[in-house]
Amino acid sequence: MTRYSYGGDEHIFVEVDEEMSLEAFFKSLSMTNAVRESRIKGVTEICPANASFQIKFDPDTIKGDDLLAELKKLERGAEKGDSVLKTRIIEIPVFYNDPWTRETLMRFRERHQDPKSTDIEYAARINNLGGIDGFIKAHSGSPWFVSMVGFVAGLPFLYQMVDRQHQIEVPKYLRPRTDTPKLTVGHGGCFGCIYSVRGAGGYQMFGITPMPIYDPQQQIGYLKDFMVFFRPGDIVKWKPIDRAAYDSAVAEVAAGKFAPRMRNVTFSLGEFQKDTAGYNHKLEGVLNGN
Amino acid sequence: MAIKVITPGLATTVQDLGRPGYYHLGIPLSGGMDRFALRAANMLVGNDEGAAVLEAVFTGPELEFTGDATVAVTGAELPPRVDGQPRETWTTFRLRAGQRLSFDFLKKGARAYIAVGGGIDVPVVLGSRSTYALGALGGHEGRKLQAGDLLPVGKVDSVAKEGRSVPGELRRAPTMPAELRVMPGLYWHRITEASGEHFFDDEWKVALEADRIGYRFKGGRTLEFIPRTPPFGAGSDPSNIVDACYPYGSIQVPGGSEPIVLHRDAVSGGGYCMIGTVISADMDLIGQLQPHTPTRFVKTDLEAALAARHERAALLEQVRSTLR
Repeated sequence: MTRYSYGGDEHIFVEVDEEMSLEAFFKSLSMTNAVRESRIKGVTEICPANASFQIKFDPDTIKGDDLLAELKKLERGAEKGDSVLKTRIIEIPVFYNDPWTRETLMRFRERHQDPKSTDIEYAARINNLGGIDGFIKAHSGSPWFVSMVGFVAGLPFLYQMVDRQHQIEVPKYLRPRTDTPKLTVGHGGCFGCIYSVRGAGGYQMFGITPMPIYDPQQQIGYLKDFMVFFRPGDIVKWKPIDRAAYDSAVAEVAAGKFAPRMRNVTFSLGEFQKDTAGYNHKLEGVLNGN
Repeated sequence: MAIKVITPGLATTVQDLGRPGYYHLGIPLSGGMDRFALRAANMLVGNDEGAAVLEAVFTGPELEFTGDATVAVTGAELPPRVDGQPRETWTTFRLRAGQRLSFDFLKKGARAYIAVGGGIDVPVVLGSRSTYALGALGGHEGRKLQAGDLLPVGKVDSVAKEGRSVPGELRRAPTMPAELRVMPGLYWHRITEASGEHFFDDEWKVALEADRIGYRFKGGRTLEFIPRTPPFGAGSDPSNIVDACYPYGSIQVPGGSEPIVLHRDAVSGGGYCMIGTVISADMDLIGQLQPHTPTRFVKTDLEAALAARHERAALLEQVRSTLR
């Protein structure tokens, strides 16, 4: 049941569902797309999130109650939508169990649930994945949806495209760290993320990607048009790499030669739900085909 | 003309009215925390109200001007000096090429706005000159000022008269205790009725963790949550939600203690439940609160929030007509 609430006099907050699901995410995304297309005067920010969204508006231009009525009208339209999304699938290389996140997590061991293991060992154990290798296989074995971009500039939240029983779930740190290496691949609750900048964080740390996703200088080739790489609705496939591949990717980025592997794709929620494994296999085919 | 930074002050940044339109990508509004004071400072020196100024927090910088300049300092009571000679706050004054602007100790408030005729002319990034330090974006090299920085100043169209001033009754300072009006909402239903009453009854104090991202408060009773089975994806703590957007001014309560009010450099979302939002009319006030300031949250509703908003707009209009 969709819940509407004012966030002060300048925001309307809409919770599509209390719990996370792809259905709730799709409804939130299609409602925010509809708000954008309807170009309602006075709307200044349209922010989709995992299972909710938020509209910021200028109450001097549009009355909150009028905007609320508009949103409810758009909700009825979104429910009729067929949940098809034109988007991109992107391969993100990950150096799992790398020395930099390991060094950081060791510094904050007293803030962790299990100070005797590393984050990846702990996550593997509580998810019954039989050690680090099993964890990497599960983590990189299926695609993930970018269900929200935010927290800090350009940080994607990712939702694993498998049924609920197979989703990796971990608690956040007992107390947040004051440091996280830039481009750390993390996880908290059922969500993955990539830390776009160095800074505080509470998600478990599993690895690091050599691929920058935020460049305020706009000097990196694929970030020249816009400084933020991810958009809600992007699909991500992790690719495990070793130290040598990591180092050479970092060198490619520095030389301006790195280009992420990505393809345009149309995602259908209905088709996905009918045969999750088969559909994910097809998505991978699109990514790896030429 | 340019400004040489001799000493930077604690955390002085370039700010204008902000950078709307990118919150959905995690890039917050930024801009002055006390926008009323920022606008007044610009009016005093003859700039557009939204020109870029310096926002100094708690301590002022020491600046040297390479050319003649018109300056005004508003917001916090951070008394300026020109080559050691005192000048009034909220009042237009002149500096000659080679003179230095410095500041006495802070007397009241927290953030001073230093406007210079022509405006601070750093590059416009995504429509604004405001600094977003967490994302190394905008302002001067995406960070707070450092000694040795050289800040370009824009061209002056018409030089503002010296001695113009914003009358005392049009300046707004926090009351004692400070009062922040709050519209309950968002995840308000997650806390017990008794906790909802305590939140408004208790006196809180601004904690040391108070910056452009958010203001933390402590000293009130810990809020109790209504028991539940955690929704899938939310996390096990009773204060957790499935990660959602955070409104500006929203009040999150990690673990039920120490509410945090998000401000202009807000993190755009996360997994902590929010119990309400400070109304837009009181956001400027937060920027003027020092650590340890006693603060009360006052319950209000949409109608009263809009009335307060109109009052603030009328006050600004009065400043405009005084200085016209």
